[in-house]
Amino acid sequence: MNEAVFTEIREQLSGVTREAAVEHGVLALEIEPANLLEVVDALKDAFGFDMFLDVTAVDWPEREPRFDVVWHFYSTRHFVRVRVKTRVPLAAPSVDTLVPFYGSARYMERECHEMYGIVFRGNEDLRPILLYEGFEGYPLRKDYPKQKEQPLVPYRETKS
Amino acid sequence: MTTQPARPAPSGAFEYLTTRKDEFVGWARKFSLFPYPFVTACCAMEFMSVSSTLYDTDRFGAALPRFTPRQSDLLMVVGTVTHKQAPILRKVYEQMCEPKWVIAFGVCATSGGFYQNYAALPGIDRIIPVDLYIPGCPPRPEMVIDGIMKLQDRIARDRHPIINEKF
Repeated sequence: MNEAVFTEIREQLSGVTREAAVEHGVLALEIEPANLLEVVDALKDAFGFDMFLDVTAVDWPEREPRFDVVWHFYSTRHFVRVRVKTRVPLAAPSVDTLVPFYGSARYMERECHEMYGIVFRGNEDLRPILLYEGFEGYPLRKDYPKQKEQPLVPYRETKS
Repeated sequence: MTTQPARPAPSGAFEYLTTRKDEFVGWARKFSLFPYPFVTACCAMEFMSVSSTLYDTDRFGAALPRFTPRQSDLLMVVGTVTHKQAPILRKVYEQMCEPKWVIAFGVCATSGGFYQNYAALPGIDRIIPVDLYIPGCPPRPEMVIDGIMKLQDRIARDRHPIINEKF
């Protein structure tokens, strides 16, 4: 049954996907950043992907373009998940926001922004959500020093 | 007409006890620890276990958690403290009245534990003085009880000035 839905999605979106494969029971679509809104619109309207599960990024330090931005959606009509991936370069790490489609994207884009520095065009509120104001850098990028600390309270003088 | 009961005549034995002020105050203080649980993470489960029936910290007079730092004298920092939380912990500590003691409960509060990253504070002693460290991930209740008893010993042996430089 999943297969039928997946085949249908692949057929309808074949014009805008670079690659499509079923991985671990999830349909994974690779797209160009410019086609994001079109793909999401089609998934939501035509296939009932009305649940926004997650947005995150993957850092490939040696690759160009360096970042993958990854979204997960769930369809409460067909009970299947889909993963949408796109590549953005370090020089312009930006994609369109999905807030007009899913309100819950507002928070998750904030997290992705502070952790990876991905800019979501159109999301007006990209303040830190888990980190604090004044935090410098993007801690989940591979080039962030593992032991680097940015304390908010000055450390005490210790005798040791 | 009511009559006052007759006051027993002094027998001459055990009417007075002499003691050292520090011993007396220390004895009183060590059995009336009012903990403030600053509980942030999974060690909380162990904290609940050690304060409830089976292990029962009530036996040591450290039973009644006060949920305001102003009424408590033992700050128990239970669990990971992040950099974002550090100002809160610092403020709680500063609100407590003297005399006060601090226990770092579990390895995260002690040294950050296995969290060595952008988020976690590597040990609460970076920002507030700590009197007792209880290691373990999480510590066994026996270790916590041992720790409380060690702190009590310390309080009993300590000097307890009525007036000190902070007060």
